[in-house]
Amino acid sequence: MTIETVPAPTTQSADAAGAVMPARRILGLACRNCRRPEPLGPSYVCPACFGPLEVAYDTEVVRTALTREAIEARPPGLWRYLELLPVDAPPARGLAVGSTPLLRADRLGPALGVDRLWLKDDTRNPTLSFKDRAVTVAAARATAFGIDTLACASTGNLAGATAAAAAALGIPAYVFIPADLEPAKIDHALAYGATVVPIEGTYDDVNRLCLEIADETGWGFVNINLRPFYAEGSKTLAFEIAESLGWRAPDVVVAPIASGAMFTKLAKGFDELVETGLIERRPIRFIGGQAAGCAPVATAWETGGEVEPVRAPDTFVRSLAIGNPADGRYSVELARASGGSVEAIPDPVTAAAIRQVAALEGIFSETAGGVTLGAVAAARRRGTIRDGDEVVALLTGNGVKTPEARALGLEDGPARPGEPGLAPAIRPSLSAFEGWLEGRS
Amino acid sequence: MSAVRIPPTLRTSTSGAKQVEVAGSTVREVVDGLVATYPGLAPQLLDEAGGLNRFVNVFLNDTDVRHLDGLETPVGEGDSLVLLPAMAGG
Repeated sequence: MTIETVPAPTTQSADAAGAVMPARRILGLACRNCRRPEPLGPSYVCPACFGPLEVAYDTEVVRTALTREAIEARPPGLWRYLELLPVDAPPARGLAVGSTPLLRADRLGPALGVDRLWLKDDTRNPTLSFKDRAVTVAAARATAFGIDTLACASTGNLAGATAAAAAALGIPAYVFIPADLEPAKIDHALAYGATVVPIEGTYDDVNRLCLEIADETGWGFVNINLRPFYAEGSKTLAFEIAESLGWRAPDVVVAPIASGAMFTKLAKGFDELVETGLIERRPIRFIGGQAAGCAPVATAWETGGEVEPVRAPDTFVRSLAIGNPADGRYSVELARASGGSVEAIPDPVTAAAIRQVAALEGIFSETAGGVTLGAVAAARRRGTIRDGDEVVALLTGNGVKTPEARALGLEDGPARPGEPGLAPAIRPSLSAFEGWLEGRS
Repeated sequence: MSAVRIPPTLRTSTSGAKQVEVAGSTVREVVDGLVATYPGLAPQLLDEAGGLNRFVNVFLNDTDVRHLDGLETPVGEGDSLVLLPAMAGG
């Protein structure tokens, strides 16, 4: 579905609450490493030190203009937080992304030993994952830059998100994926009319190739040359969590780590809410989850060493199977500095967690969400989640994309009465049903 | 000699060259040779200790040299190296 977005404040205009937005909210790009400023453009590498570029804002300008009331008066969706995003104005058309619910997990919480557990249900975005947030911002910026083709290197969720965003904009999309990706994710991208290019290799091979392609084609690779803008979209998860909690932060945030971009941008999102006066400053512990079969960040956190790339990821959690995470180092630093942890979750634990949250809360999560909930339990055992903590866990993708993952570790065979599972096919007769119920078939 | 592909961000230091031929029997020798020919690349490719900048990834025939022997990985005639930013993706 596409929506007509409400025109939002640009320079020297008034927003819904009547506040005037001065000019120069977005200062440009700046190197995260050496802080050298760079002009706004489809670039991602500092020409001086090769470090990553990110968007720089004048938070004082935003602070004087943006209020809780102004945000609350706006329509649902991620553009409610426009002033904290790297776009002058929302695109005229786009997908209805964001404003997903924060659900109190009153059944799952006690099962995990967590007194106050909230689930950020981002399985409900237009293409069923949080990637819609990042792509929406990148696509809006691509349009402003005059880019006429979207592309991405994807572990799966990004494929559908990029394909759908391009469809909504009416421009072509090229989606590069590992050739052995889950079929449901490939179909998802194909459904929106994308050109899907399978690459015989790991995600890191796909990513390396796409870096070279991006250099040569001028296409807007959302997670390469548009990455400074793309990554900013994930901040809206933090904005929504804070707003849903009544403009405050929780004690603990638990999220999956693939490249680490979303994990680190969650912290940036909360920081910006503090800097702009929208919430009070308080300590938040950030806890990350990785699949044990591809856990370079968890390993570095555990050992205190550098993030060493994993050459051959071995996990069914394909959405987190990045062996060479771009923001791995920053993710370790965040977990350490905040008093959190990074947990490595074996696949059978992930599968059990997927079944548990589905059975207790009615939410069917993709594998990354299973890892996140596994991380909640592991962090509780470790002590980085404590008695009385208010914990927000992010469910970032929908289980329909990874249907086979749910069944890992389940016993084969038809379900008996009272058991969850698939019963044997029976004749359409009451006696056949009663026979099964009484254990005669 | 091996072929080294230069990403756009570094091409101002190589007079616009997208690919250059550099002699050397290890990745380290090739990188050092590259910097000797184009000194403007030093601040981008090397750290203060003369090692590889942590934001640079080097691929030998499409394999990350960290999965091989790092800077000591042997380089043969006709091999190709690619220098890429250590970011993006995800």
